[in-house]
Amino acid sequence: MLKTLHEKQGMQLLFGLLMGIVFGFLLQKGGATQYGVIIGQLLLTDFTVVKIMLSAVVVGKIGVYFFRGLGVAQLHPKPGSIGSTVIGGLIFGVGFGILGYCPGTMIGAVGQGSLDALFGGVVGMLIGAGIFSEVYPKLERSILNKGYFGEITWPQLLKKNHWAVIIPVAIGIAALLFVIDRFAS
Amino acid sequence: MEWLMTERWSPYVVGIGIGLLSWVTFLLSDKPIGCSTAFSRTSGMIERLFRGTKVGEKPYYKKFAPSVDWEWMLVLGVFIGAFLSAKLSGGFQAQWVPTKWAVTFGDTPFTRWIVALIGGTTMGIGARWAGGCTSGHGISGTLQLAVSSWLAVICFFIGGIVTAMLIYNVLP
Repeated sequence: MLKTLHEKQGMQLLFGLLMGIVFGFLLQKGGATQYGVIIGQLLLTDFTVVKIMLSAVVVGKIGVYFFRGLGVAQLHPKPGSIGSTVIGGLIFGVGFGILGYCPGTMIGAVGQGSLDALFGGVVGMLIGAGIFSEVYPKLERSILNKGYFGEITWPQLLKKNHWAVIIPVAIGIAALLFVIDRFAS
Repeated sequence: MEWLMTERWSPYVVGIGIGLLSWVTFLLSDKPIGCSTAFSRTSGMIERLFRGTKVGEKPYYKKFAPSVDWEWMLVLGVFIGAFLSAKLSGGFQAQWVPTKWAVTFGDTPFTRWIVALIGGTTMGIGARWAGGCTSGHGISGTLQLAVSSWLAVICFFIGGIVTAMLIYNVLP
């Protein structure tokens, strides 16, 4: 039943829009669309962003793995390599630190009226994506596949049942959030 | 409905909400939340306006066709959702220079614009290089326990923390 729903393209575009509205609403209510909150996170003076991300990860993974167990959801882990994930991740981080928004929160910032996010962030990101599409063939041949490790997940890598990873990680995240709440804010 | 008009919600409420939303996206759309591919597609659509359909021949656009898809609509929705949230709380305000920036670097829009443009461009390259952003890797990938995403998000924050500390001159 869900499978036929996934194939209804017009309906899926509408779902995307509705889910995006919820996502944007939440990000703005959480303060994650504020430059000051994001820079505060990167300067380690405001832990709002980490609290949002980690609590989303705990709730998200329990549900997604549960539904996968029932056979109604599938995982889509992204492939990775040292050349793409680590180098790209560091370049992203530098841009993230300079801009003070990430792609999703930047769009949310535009929605709340931040003109630097629109004319700086969005325009810049379109230019950056354009540059990447230009150099992609070269990068693909040289660096992107260096140290390729594929679409692997932690349970596969550790050869453990997924719950044997999910539960300890959830406890670890809860402990970390407790420490952050107690000592860092 | 007063809670809809409150300016800020607890980060835990927001995080739990995003976690629940990810259940819905996996169930109803078979898709993880992500934001950065939509920028590639849009960039391709803009390029097509100038260079015509041969843009579709570029190897990168063969992987990510320059067209509107689920994720593109999601990004449009983020804009609308944030607008609604800001409007309801009275927080909507056209602003060139964020307060935190102005306190340290002054309130000249031009300076902030140039820096944001450089940051956005760098981030755009990095997001496509790493194959995802703070949403696609940072939330959706980590919740799937993908090794690539845990590695990516660690690198996002290492790069971001060092850069922000250099800019604000607070390196320990």
